[in-house]
Amino acid sequence: MRHEWIPFWKAGLSPYGGDVDLLFMGLLLTSSLVLGLLFFLLTLFCIRYRAGNQVDRANHEAKSWHWEVGWTTASLVCFLLLFLWGASVFFEIYKTPQGELSVFVVAKQWMWKVQHGGGQSEINSLHIPVNRPVRLVMASQDVIHSFFIPALRLKHDVVPGRYQDIEIEANRPGRYHLFCAEYCGTDHSGMTGEIVVMEAPDYAAWLTQQQPRTPLAQEGGALFRELGCSGCHGIGSKIRAPLLEGLFGKPVPLADGSTVSADEKYIRDSILLPRSQIAAGYDPVMPSFEGKISEDQLLRLVAYIKSIAGRQP
Amino acid sequence: MSEADYLNCSYTLRSWFFTTDHKRIAILFFASLTAFFFIGGAAATLIRIELATPQADLVSSDGYNRLFTMHGVIMVWFFLIPSIPNTLGNFIVPLMIGARDLAFPRLNLASWYLFMLGGCVTLFAIFAGGIDTGWTFYTPFSTLYSNSYVLVAVSGVFIVGFSSILTGLNFIVTIHRLRAPGLTWNRLPLFIWSLYATSVILVLATPVLAVTLVLLAAERLLGVGIFDPRIGGDPLLFQHLFWFYSHPAVYIMILPGMGVINELISCFSRKEVFGYKFVAWASLAIAALGFLVWGHHMFVSGQSLLASLVFSFMSFMVAVPSAIKVFNWTATLHKGSIRFDAPMLYALGFIGLFTVGGLTGLFLACLAYDVHATDTYFVVAHFHYIMVGGMVTAYFGGLHYWWPKITGRLYSEGWARAAAILIFFGFNLTFFPQFVLGAEGMPRRYHVYPPEFQVWNVLSSGGATILAAAYLLPLFYLGYSLFFGARAPANPWNAPGLEWQTTSPPPEFNFVTQPVVTRGPYQYSADFEPEPQNA
Repeated sequence: MRHEWIPFWKAGLSPYGGDVDLLFMGLLLTSSLVLGLLFFLLTLFCIRYRAGNQVDRANHEAKSWHWEVGWTTASLVCFLLLFLWGASVFFEIYKTPQGELSVFVVAKQWMWKVQHGGGQSEINSLHIPVNRPVRLVMASQDVIHSFFIPALRLKHDVVPGRYQDIEIEANRPGRYHLFCAEYCGTDHSGMTGEIVVMEAPDYAAWLTQQQPRTPLAQEGGALFRELGCSGCHGIGSKIRAPLLEGLFGKPVPLADGSTVSADEKYIRDSILLPRSQIAAGYDPVMPSFEGKISEDQLLRLVAYIKSIAGRQP
Repeated sequence: MSEADYLNCSYTLRSWFFTTDHKRIAILFFASLTAFFFIGGAAATLIRIELATPQADLVSSDGYNRLFTMHGVIMVWFFLIPSIPNTLGNFIVPLMIGARDLAFPRLNLASWYLFMLGGCVTLFAIFAGGIDTGWTFYTPFSTLYSNSYVLVAVSGVFIVGFSSILTGLNFIVTIHRLRAPGLTWNRLPLFIWSLYATSVILVLATPVLAVTLVLLAAERLLGVGIFDPRIGGDPLLFQHLFWFYSHPAVYIMILPGMGVINELISCFSRKEVFGYKFVAWASLAIAALGFLVWGHHMFVSGQSLLASLVFSFMSFMVAVPSAIKVFNWTATLHKGSIRFDAPMLYALGFIGLFTVGGLTGLFLACLAYDVHATDTYFVVAHFHYIMVGGMVTAYFGGLHYWWPKITGRLYSEGWARAAAILIFFGFNLTFFPQFVLGAEGMPRRYHVYPPEFQVWNVLSSGGATILAAAYLLPLFYLGYSLFFGARAPANPWNAPGLEWQTTSPPPEFNFVTQPVVTRGPYQYSADFEPEPQNA
């Protein structure tokens, strides 16, 4: 409500939205002061020292470098403060996502496809509960897109070939614009949608209403067998491959001595580029699934492997 | 009146197209750049007409994407980058430093032919079917997804890059080797300093663009996996390479403009530029720091947070020398004797518009706000304030200032002032609303948009009609002056620069006797009363 006296200004609705708005106000104020001072001086000098006006013009070359040092230092200090301010809010926006609620977002020319954990899927809209952090795991099927919600002061590119995860949270129910902000071809300006922020009970009702077919993880389990993953990674397999039960979220020692955490990115990379990170003690025998599997299938496999994190190997 | 000058010494086509005279080559560049400016401007006009309504009505989405790509490619590589260096710079640099020509006259002509070759190839791409990648050619869209004339357009840009390199090289050598006796570095006009800084960037950055475009072509043509992750590439690598050239390219565009402004402010306030050394070194500082800020185009791309932090810091740092320049120009006016001839109106307009562009640059360098503002109309407005409000205004200012020297004719002062004022107001009406659009969250490169953004788009389109008319005006009154303007004296502004110490237009070899320099560049007589001079 804070800024609604400005006709074209709507306050940011994310937890850091107010901070971004405050930063904007700070920048606006600083620039207005500088610009105001400059215009005042330009006007003053132009009038006072117009040709033909009889004023004192003596000693105009005195003390040059004092002024130089003065305004250089002033700009430097001012810029440093703005830099620090902007950086501190930046780390709030892109903090490591903590939300226990995960939603997959697949961007493709020219739509946003959203997969909820329960199997509900939607196109060009994203329903989230109010005041609850939601972790988005985003992937692109083709070119670079950018996930942009002006009302939340949030934007992140969705670059093909990798997962990006960000946290979103909205503190007021309503419908807000979702834009693709990175030019992506013919229908770029049609790649828009809406974020629907709902009260918790409404959200729960919406989830049920969507008549989920099968949960994502279950579909992933079916794929796991269909694509032949279970042939090696299953219990009792003849080929020595790591068992995936209980893997997700744990540290994995690698053949080169380093350790990675088994998160979505690691699972995804291991399916597409199995030889890039070999688990210690195993031979690099897994074939790559690069180009053989879509982002939609990938995220189901990841959901499946995540779902068996609790099981004992 | 019938003395031989560089214009009337010969009239054959051969004497123009095979000339090695820097002044004639400057005229060749000027004619070609003017054509490109109006082609790019026509695209901008169509874009603004389309955006007056939220729906698609004038052109299809594919047509719209081709329009803004054409606008960007033409304006960046075929107008802004060569604008001041290749026209005013080509003409004025040897005159300003008291030389007969540039160091490599034939290389200079080769630069024009390369420019025209690149221009024709790019125009062919545009008229054969267009290119729809945006002027940034982002991968993997440009390599594997776009069905347009990417390779042809990229070849055009690749070729024109060599024109840039040749001109940059020529200027560096000329400034080092051909200065008149007594013209020490500290007596060089600031226009020369800024062109020197520009040339260093041209020579160092343009090859990186060439390499990037070759890699792009290799992926598109041969399927070598460099940028597309499906064949093992990294899409962000392209952005790093592209902006490593294209951000310094922004300074290629603005530094010459700043150089012109020094000459104008100093001449029309009859005073030495305040803090000469600071302004000169600020140009070099901008050129150096400009190479270290490219990552600020990628704050939301997924590059590491630490990298973003460093690039944000460096971006704030590069703003310092720009601020120094603005303060020094303002201080130059203090205790001056100011006259408001057309070039001065352009210069004052430049200071205002460049400062708005620079200050909004701080918004974008500021990490958290950039997350919201990047890829929106805020960015579009910001860089148009720098490149059009800044650079094009400076170009027009310089053109008017040196017009009597170049053509030997005087233009209509009244029309010129009217155009300067019209450009200033038309520009602000066109681009200021775009800041509001960006702050509200309207993404750039949108063919259709939500209706709530219409008010500001209509204002912007309205401003664009004024701006278009204002940019057409000089075409008429400057064109008129070529044939009917009064003959210009050698030194109509009563300025001390060497270029004013020879006739207007200059003789073929610039000076009858070798000038010798004994003082700094801005020793103006206190009062502005141009003495009637008869060349």
